[in-house]
Formats: sequence, structure tokens, C-alpha cells
Amino acid sequence: MSVSFLSLDRIEKTYPDGTRAVNGIDLAVDEGELVVLLGPSGCGKTTTLRMIAGLELPTGGAIRLAGQDVTRLRPARRDVGMVFQFYALYPHLTVRDNIGFPLRAAGLRAAEVRGRVDAVAARMDLERLLPLYPKQLAGGDQQKVSLARAIVRRPAVYLMDEPLGTLDADERLAMRELIRAEQLASGVATIYVTHDQEEAMSLADRIVVMDEGRIRQVGSPADVYDRPADLFVASFVGSPGMNFIRGEVAGSGGRGLFVSETGRVPFDVPLEGTARVSSGQATLGIRSEHVHPDANGPIWGRVVTEEYLGSARNVHVEAACGRMVMRADAAVPYGLGAEVRLDLDASQVSIFDGATEARL
Amino acid sequence: MTVGPSTNETPRDTAAAPGAAPAPFLSLRGVCKRLGATEALRGIDLEAGRNELLVVLGPTGAGKTTLLRTIAGLERPDAGTITIAGRDATALDPASRDVALVFQNFSLYPRWSVRRNLEFPLRAPGRNLPEAEIQRRIAWAADLLRITRYLDREASRLSGGEMQRVAIGRAIVRRPRLFLMDEPLTNLDAKLREALRVELVELRRELETPMVFVTHDQAEALSMGDRIVVLSEGRILQTGTPREIYERPTSPVVALQLGQPAINLLPVRREGGQWRTADGTPVMRAEAGGPGERLLGVRPENVALLGGEAASEAVVRVVEHTGPTTTLLVDWLGSPVHIVVPRRAAVRPGDRVHPRIDPGRAVLFEQTPKRKESP
Repeated sequence: MSVSFLSLDRIEKTYPDGTRAVNGIDLAVDEGELVVLLGPSGCGKTTTLRMIAGLELPTGGAIRLAGQDVTRLRPARRDVGMVFQFYALYPHLTVRDNIGFPLRAAGLRAAEVRGRVDAVAARMDLERLLPLYPKQLAGGDQQKVSLARAIVRRPAVYLMDEPLGTLDADERLAMRELIRAEQLASGVATIYVTHDQEEAMSLADRIVVMDEGRIRQVGSPADVYDRPADLFVASFVGSPGMNFIRGEVAGSGGRGLFVSETGRVPFDVPLEGTARVSSGQATLGIRSEHVHPDANGPIWGRVVTEEYLGSARNVHVEAACGRMVMRADAAVPYGLGAEVRLDLDASQVSIFDGATEARL
Repeated sequence: MTVGPSTNETPRDTAAAPGAAPAPFLSLRGVCKRLGATEALRGIDLEAGRNELLVVLGPTGAGKTTLLRTIAGLERPDAGTITIAGRDATALDPASRDVALVFQNFSLYPRWSVRRNLEFPLRAPGRNLPEAEIQRRIAWAADLLRITRYLDREASRLSGGEMQRVAIGRAIVRRPRLFLMDEPLTNLDAKLREALRVELVELRRELETPMVFVTHDQAEALSMGDRIVVLSEGRILQTGTPREIYERPTSPVVALQLGQPAINLLPVRREGGQWRTADGTPVMRAEAGGPGERLLGVRPENVALLGGEAASEAVVRVVEHTGPTTTLLVDWLGSPVHIVVPRRAAVRPGDRVHPRIDPGRAVLFEQTPKRKESP
């Protein structure tokens, strides 16, 4: 087995007050890979990142970077470039001096620093900002400068902590594209922390979904979206999260029959796991884009809310089996109170164990 | 469904005068407000219906918060009038307006329990509510907002989403006549924002209380608003339903405010009865008359990938998968252009594609493009 470029081996962090922020994380990151740590506030993603950076020391486990055990190394001794949510620029330095700071700190000559700052500024379209001070810049530009300062060096790994956190929607998209382009060009492994699943989906080579200090799933964006490992991942990833129907499942060897609690929603469903259902209880999960109106569909309900989104519309239907959200054409309103029959695209169904909540 | 508590303290005049056209519940006419050297509001005219959720959308510095504070009575307008429920409220103090404000930062007393935070507005001097009524309202609001199990917890121990639910609870227990919300979801995680925006819409509908909801988030504006007011530099640029504003923006500035990724704006010129892009590609039929150069606004989802041989070539630079759809950034016609395609489309960076604009869904603007101002 090849040795990965960055590896976390059973990393733990327990604070003196007993709070366990990170509870045994194993993760291997390859050279050039962009890995996103995704989860809600308090899931341990930022603590994990800070331990890789050396800003916190783990209370258990080991971190290896480029073949070296760095678990207890001071931050400056690890070859990492950090980008924070808040720009953290030096207010008394110009943009040029801010970007050049890590190079000067590394002892590069003035001419060399100048050349490399010019190059990164040209690539990121920052040249006109070079003589200005941070307080003269808009938020988006400050964050671009902060990114430029991190990538002016080629560290072994970039660590990014919600770098788009304070930007508005337009700036977020532009910055996201810039980060991806720079990361692909540099080929530097990157760990990126966010609570925004859309950001994670769009940027990541692999997503690590975290909750309560543990990893719930590691996989490509498509994997995590299409084949969530458990109910938490299914509801956290996707906008909106998966619809759930509670019921029972019977069967094994790849196929099963799911029947909702209301008895009205029978489905032939795929069962991928070892298929030994620990209890008959199960939850069916389906994405909103795989729910569609069908005059003969098994689900009947009324429209309780319609969310117009411009390019699509989320239609919320209250049915006996619970609330279902259907992604529909933006141009066709259903109207509050409208009665609809729904069917599900059976090939897109996920089934989760009723007791363990794990994917079956 | 939950039944609301009785409202014996402020009778809500729900019946309009017989025979009269339904008057708006809230109406602003020519409202101006200067804050120091800044003209924060420059002649605002707007109306909100009796059972309407009106969204005020704009970037930082547009005047949204000043507008809300002026409606609440926390700021006095320099000019113009404010009418609430048929009564001139321009000079009324905040307490007499009977409105409830919810702020971006969860303004709770951190050391108090959730219950005590909720009771506080009901125990205000002069309210004289019977104890049983206070408890009834708290139970009702807690049930509605699903915070019953936190009632005896200290506010500082709640998560952001829980705190904001309590802050909303504190606004609804009073049963005000108007809700004013100042970016109440902005400080929450993306996932919570998504859930709470649906909850707020349904809660408001159940309470049948009008709401003015201020945000800079286009997704909130589109999905929550019955109507949207687009505000920029203290002026209203456009008012309409989310669909009207999304599909028929009256200016590039409005068009750029709504939609993610943002609308593509391409310079076009009239030649041979067609609007043509910079490289001469015809994109839609042009009527004679008017300026020969315009700006064509095209939403990313209204560009198809396979325009056939007549279409010019574009090179895919970035491919982003975001669930049901895929967003492409392509170099086309000398500009970076965003295209949203169904997820099944197998496209990779470096691919050559032939985009085609849906002319029925494109918008022509007279003006030259104006960059969205920085915050």
C-alpha cells in the first residue's frame, strides 16, 4: 500500500473541560488532492484543520505530512499555507507587502519576492491593488489578497478555513472558481473546511462528512450525494436534503420490497449492503429531483409551500407518509393547497436501516 | 394544527372597510432619511399587504436596515409619511406601532432561560397579561418553533439556530401587527438557513401577519417573498413578484442581484435584422429602431449546450457539480459565460461546446453594464 501524502491516524482532541471535539479521525490525502471537511457547526472540522496546521495539539493519534511525523511540530515548522475566514491581513502593510510577507519571512531576496508577488498578482488580477492598504479594499478583494498570500509560496499543503465565509453570493462563486483554478494549477494538496454543502460539492475531489467529532462518510461528491452512508449524510448533503419515508423493508440479495408505515407506498428497492436487515424497520430516502407528479403515483398529498428559486421550484407536499419536497419547473406553479399524486424514481432510492440509520 | 392564543390586548383590525378597495397594511410615501453625510433613503414608496411577506433585497449599504428601522420607529424620516393599518404612524414612537423586530444577531439575554427570554416582552409594564395567558402563549410559540424541550435551558447554551428560533419566538408571543426581520438567517449555517426560511414562511402564513424581511441573499428573496423590493443606494430599482423580477429585470443591476450563478451580460449589436454578439454570431431577431448596441442578459440555465453547427465554439474552463445540475464556466464570444446544464451532461474542462441562447428567455438592456458596487 502506498503511503499517502498527508495522513491522520486516529486523531483525537479532548479539551481540559472534557469536551471531546474530535473523536478518532482517520484520513489519507493524496498529493494534489482537494479534500473538503464538511459538517455543521461544532462537528470538529475546524479543530481537525487546526491540528493539521499545528495551531492545536491532538490529545491522541498522529499526523504525518510528506513522510514526516508532524504531530507535535510547531506551526512554523510545518510547511502549510493557511487561508482563514477572516482576512487576517496586516493592516499596516500594503497589499504587495502582505502578499510578499511569507516569502520575506522565508528569507528570499527582495528581487525574488517582487517577481513572485508580481506573478501571482497578474494571475489573480490583483495588480491594481498592490499599492493599496487592506482597509481600502472591499471584502472580496481582501479575501483574494489573503488567498494570494497563501499561494505565493508552494507549501506542502494548503489549509483553508471557510475562506468564503464572509463574502456575498457573487464573490463566493468567483472566489470558488479562483481557488479551484489555482489549486489545480499548483497541484498542492488542499484541505478545505466548510459548512456549505454546495461549496463542498462543487470544489472537492473528495468530501469528508463530519458530525459530532466523527467521520460519517468519505467519498467523491457524486458518491456522497447519490449514495449517502447514513441518514445524517443524506439530509445534510443536498439542497434540500433527501426526503425520508419511514417503513419496513423485506428481502435480501440485492433486491427488497419497501412498504411505508402508512402501507400506501410499496417499492421495489435496491439493497446494496450485505443485505441483512437488522430490523424490519427502514427509512427510504429520495432526492427532490427524483420525485415527480404521476396520476397513478402511490403518494397523495397537498401542496403546503412552494419555494420559487428562479431556475427551479421546490414544491413541498404534505402527505400521509410525511413531507415530500419535489423539484419542479420554475415556470409552473402548483398553488397552495393543490392536490398532487407523486411517484418516485425507484432506481434513485436509498434505503437506510431503521435502527442503525446506515445505508442498506 | 396549532391554534393561536387569544389576543385580548391589541385587537387586530382584520376586516377592511366595507366597499373600500383593500388598503395596504403598510405604506411608505416619499420617505427620505439622511444619516450623517449619507443619504440612506432617497424617496422610498412601498406598500405591503395585510397578509404579505415583502422582501427588501439589496447589497450592504443599500439602505435596507435604515428602511426597517424607519418603519419600526427607531429612526424618524426627514421627509415622507408612513401609514400602518390606515393610520399615520410617521411620528409615532416605536412602542405604539405594535411591530416586532428580529435582528441578525440573536438578541437574547444569555444568562436567562429560554422561558424567561420569551416571557420578557409579555411582562412589559402596562401589558398586564394574566399569568395563565403568558404561559399559554409561551407554550404555543415554543410548540410552533419546536423549542419546547429547551424552555428551561440557559440561552447561552443554545446553538445558533436554536437561539434564532427563540428570538423569533420572542417576536411572535406578543402577536404584533407587523413583523420586521433584519437578515435573521444570515449568521446561521447554510443548512439551517435553508430549513428556517421554509419555517418562517409557513409560520407567517399561519399567523396571517404581514412581514417585511430584509436580506442580501437572493435565494432567500426568491424563495420567501410574495413580492420583492430591490433596493440600491437608498432607491427602489424594481418591485414585483420573484418571478417578474427574475425573468424580467428592468436593469442589469437588478438582473445581477438575483440568480446564482449571476446572469450573463453580453454586448450585442444590431446587424442585418439580428442582434449579434462581438464575433458576429446572431443570437436573436432585432426590431428596427432604437440604439444599435445593447446588452443581452441571459440566465445560465437558458443557454443550451448543443446549438448545432451554426453556433460558435466555446471552451469549457471550470465544471462544478452542485447536485441536480452542473455549472460550467466557458470562454465564449470573448467573455467568460456561465451555463447551467442537467447533471447527466458529461462535460470536462477543456471540452469544446456549441452553446445556444434561448432567445425567448433573454432580456435586452438599454444601458451599458454597471458593475455591482462593492460593499
